[in-house]
Amino acid sequence: MSGILVVGDGPAAHRLAERLRGHGHTGPLTVLGAEPAHHRPLLTDVVAGRLPAEAVRLPPLPDTRVSTGTVVTGIDRARHEVRARQGGTETVHSYDTLVLATGARPVVPDIVGATGGDGHLAAGVTTLRTASDCARITGETVVVLGGGPLGVETASALAARGTDTTLICAHPHPLHERLGETCAALLTETLEQAGVTMLGGRTVVRRTPDRVLLDDGTNLRADTLVLCTGAAPDVRLARAAGLRVRTGIVVDDRLRTSDPHIHALGDCAELNGRAPGGVDTAWAQADALAAILTGHATVHRPTPTVFRLRTRFADVSCVGDPADFDRPGARTVTLTDQANRRHARLALRDEHLVAAVLFGVPEAIAALGIAHRYGRPVPSDLLGLLLGPPARPAPVGSETDEDALVCLCNNVRRPALVKAWQSGARTVTALAGATRATTGCGGCGPLVARLCDDWEHEARPAPERAR
Amino acid sequence: MTTPGKTASTPPAPVTEVSTHCPYCALQCGTRLHGDREVGVRARPADFPVNRGRLCQKGWTAPDVLTAPDRLVRPLVRGPDGRLEETSWDTALDLVAERLRALRARHGPDAVAVFGGGCLTNEKAYLLGKFARLALGTSQIDYNGRFCMSSAAAAGNAAFGVDRGLPFPVGDLRDARTVLLAGANVAETMPPLVHHLDRAELIVVDPRRTATARRATLHLQPVPGTDLALALGLLHIAVVDGLLDRDYVQRRTLGFEAAARRAMAWWPERVESVTGVPASAQREAVRMLGRAGSAYVLTGRGVEQHSQGTDTAAGFINLALALGLPGSGRGGYGCLTGQGNGQGGREHGQKADQLPGYRPLTDAAARAHVAGVWGVAPDDLPGPGRSAYELLDALGGDHGPRALLVFGSNPAVSAPHAAHVVERLASLDLLVVADFVPSETARMADVVLPVTQWAEEEGTLTNLEGRLLRRRALLPPPPQVRSDLLVLRDLAVRLGEPPSRYPSVPREVFEELRAASRGGKADYSGISYERLDTGECLHWPCPDTEERHPGTPRLFLERFAHPDGRARFTDVDQRGPAEKVSPAYPLHGTTGRVLAHYQSGAQTRRVAELSAAAPEPFIEVHPDTAARSGLADHGLARVTSARGSMTARVRLDPTMRPDTLFVPFHFPGDGRANLFTHPALDPRSGMPEFKVSAVRLDAVPEATP
Repeated sequence: MSGILVVGDGPAAHRLAERLRGHGHTGPLTVLGAEPAHHRPLLTDVVAGRLPAEAVRLPPLPDTRVSTGTVVTGIDRARHEVRARQGGTETVHSYDTLVLATGARPVVPDIVGATGGDGHLAAGVTTLRTASDCARITGETVVVLGGGPLGVETASALAARGTDTTLICAHPHPLHERLGETCAALLTETLEQAGVTMLGGRTVVRRTPDRVLLDDGTNLRADTLVLCTGAAPDVRLARAAGLRVRTGIVVDDRLRTSDPHIHALGDCAELNGRAPGGVDTAWAQADALAAILTGHATVHRPTPTVFRLRTRFADVSCVGDPADFDRPGARTVTLTDQANRRHARLALRDEHLVAAVLFGVPEAIAALGIAHRYGRPVPSDLLGLLLGPPARPAPVGSETDEDALVCLCNNVRRPALVKAWQSGARTVTALAGATRATTGCGGCGPLVARLCDDWEHEARPAPERAR
Repeated sequence: MTTPGKTASTPPAPVTEVSTHCPYCALQCGTRLHGDREVGVRARPADFPVNRGRLCQKGWTAPDVLTAPDRLVRPLVRGPDGRLEETSWDTALDLVAERLRALRARHGPDAVAVFGGGCLTNEKAYLLGKFARLALGTSQIDYNGRFCMSSAAAAGNAAFGVDRGLPFPVGDLRDARTVLLAGANVAETMPPLVHHLDRAELIVVDPRRTATARRATLHLQPVPGTDLALALGLLHIAVVDGLLDRDYVQRRTLGFEAAARRAMAWWPERVESVTGVPASAQREAVRMLGRAGSAYVLTGRGVEQHSQGTDTAAGFINLALALGLPGSGRGGYGCLTGQGNGQGGREHGQKADQLPGYRPLTDAAARAHVAGVWGVAPDDLPGPGRSAYELLDALGGDHGPRALLVFGSNPAVSAPHAAHVVERLASLDLLVVADFVPSETARMADVVLPVTQWAEEEGTLTNLEGRLLRRRALLPPPPQVRSDLLVLRDLAVRLGEPPSRYPSVPREVFEELRAASRGGKADYSGISYERLDTGECLHWPCPDTEERHPGTPRLFLERFAHPDGRARFTDVDQRGPAEKVSPAYPLHGTTGRVLAHYQSGAQTRRVAELSAAAPEPFIEVHPDTAARSGLADHGLARVTSARGSMTARVRLDPTMRPDTLFVPFHFPGDGRANLFTHPALDPRSGMPEFKVSAVRLDAVPEATP
């Protein structure tokens, strides 16, 4: 059995190794990574103080040689070898199949004072990509820079832990391009209500210890500046090895790079011209590659994805790109309930979702998310879904239905009670004796009592009314 | 006191009224029966703790089965013309014994198999297991409880060291502030239970908005087959939102770290993307449970009947343990057992891997104990056999049994992949069915043996809370009808066993069962008919101690049943159903129950009132989904899976998930839901995947009237 070597310490590498064993790969399996793998989406729960950093570590991989603290320095494609440094030692690892899951690196904007002379981030400045980054966020006042999902999620998490938090983003509102003006404004409102100070349309130009200066001259206290300014595929190894690279490492539908012995997946990979990143994509690719490498599948077919913001202050999700709303032939449905902070904008074609922006409509987010992932049509009663189910459906035996089922447990309909009443059963006990209504779970007891009471106080007996 | 069976030909002393229990579900509502065959029998609810004077329509009308027009009243043997003909008991039993002997001589003891039922009394279940292992010498015995409670049983044993459906009396539920019901539609399956829940806020997990879900404060409506992902997600939230009972977890459990680490991968938004349950609703559910002060987690068939059913039950147990509920005295976990004697029926030896007293068949000390009670050498006991579906699947095959004896079950309707099961039954050299009505399985038999039913017999059952109950006879059985106990005895004797080894009087069987269960997990040795008849409330374990043991209404208050006294978390993860939806089979087909019917419907379809309430199968489906198949309400349709298809009329329900359809499984013929169900089995419990199949829905053209 051939040996598989995986380079990476993120969820893609971990999931791939787990699934390779699950699919019966019995050959050698080695994972080389700098840090132990952890759940990146849970870092904001660590930041919020809900979880200790070690809690988000991924479970140990059975039957896999996992070498952490290992920095891969080069690939010798001719020899099928990878060179690495572990502590002070150079190591060499041979492979039959090499998988690059090198992930992405945070983009650090050009801010005076944010980096030290060595090019590393200065104390009091951090990105948020690894579990160890969480501990770098300290102090009572934190400024988060970045209007993307990570910025919003980090600011929410900090506010939830009681930190004085400011979110700064270049657009008027966070997620502005993705959500559109109306919805993004709702997000700003919601975050403000959650205690985040929102400064849109601005950026940080200078940082001094404990303070940041914005482009409009505002000067803020900042014990920590958190840079949530995006991430770019880490293609350094691939590029140095001469593999084809554009934004990410270019792979085909078998997740193969330009070298057939080397695959790439997750945040570092570019498939069909896109390198969307994110754990859902990474996992789907890991599942597919494990199946491909063990002969259980031949190609990876990406399934539709849904963007879902992770903050408990607002339910937000998106399908497709903003440009999809303008595609010809799409039918658009828009609903905004400003007072209740609900918003939905949908583009549909043939009952299927092309694009969507959903805010504050949790039932619809869940239902449409599933429908889109499985390629199912949306419900015909779309407005009903968006507005949510009625608070409680009417109980059985509602007033209006003369033939209503009153007692489910004993299958007693209203006419049977009327008939019993006519025959002289004038109390709940007597009606129960005659019809067995109320004798099962007892849930219809109050209803039968009310019917009894109504009929008692009517001048004319019930059945005549019924006719 | 009557002793039906042995003295069936002697009329018993006239009895005009008895206290007994409903013949159907595991709640075992107390009833008073009065009347006789002349004036008719009537049932009234008794003031018994589980039902407190209540009954559902099935319970009220149960006496109608006593007068079913096609009641089996004489032994039947299939004649040369292929028709079942009446015959004498001696002829029927001689024939069965002779053919069993011949098959055994030719193919070995495992050529003869036994299929039991969760409706059998403890005495019958016990004697059936003994008969199989001694008189037949076969390892091939299992029962239909494998299709009901086996997943929760496996999960409960692993977590708590013992499996008792509810480790507390149902009355305790009245003190709960929050109750989570997962995959349990109690408002239809055990209605009188619901009045114990009327003070609590309910969280109902069910893909359908069932009658139970309609009463819930919070209804979580997951995609079928994703319940474990939801359970993992709820544990995740309990950890992240600080709702764990850390002190309890540390003092009373093991294995939390691994289980919690697994749950970390299931953050609410991911769970939402898999289950369709909104993240906010998940958080609300855990908050309701975690802050309740008193909360219960109860699971039913919806959790269990999956190829990952044991893990799914374990997922909900993990949640209950993380919240510090089991054995806390202020909440707990319980499995809502389904069949009337689903609890006792799984404790006394009709399960493929068990001996009486819930003893493992592979344990040397357990074998020695039971062999001692039975007066045989431990080596005379066969080893474990096939689980229910594996057994049915093997019938008539190259290495499978050639003969099957069925007691108290109707697998032609109730087993998964029913068309295949029927084909296997048809391939047998000999099919013998003991029943009191001509069930679909009985109609296929070579020999049909008419046996007593509920109001005609004495015995004990163990209800869903582990409480021993007395079943009492009001009527003598019809003249040619015999008790299952007597049938087993007479067959055993014909197979060369000493008659003394097979008592046919229930009380005597129970005395032997007591001895066999002594020291086992389900220890009944301190329980007697006398104690039960004085009205004592006895839950097992009830050992035979010097000072009368009071029974154990509440387990785990001090310790769990593992040797170290601690409960175990289980490291489980979502695998998903055996079969995924596809363009050819785009919908999730799920199956379940309606209020008016019980199990395969063999009894309840014979009650006019129940049959009128639910006369035929139906396909419950969202209007959009029906419309896409060109179907209007009440349109005739076919549900097809890779196994086969069933036909029924659609019933439109806008509260259904558009990706799911539901069919009740109580109906025969083309209306059998089990024609499409999947026989993928849970690797630990042997439970088939009744609750999710990939199916499609097609309109069936109808002649215009």
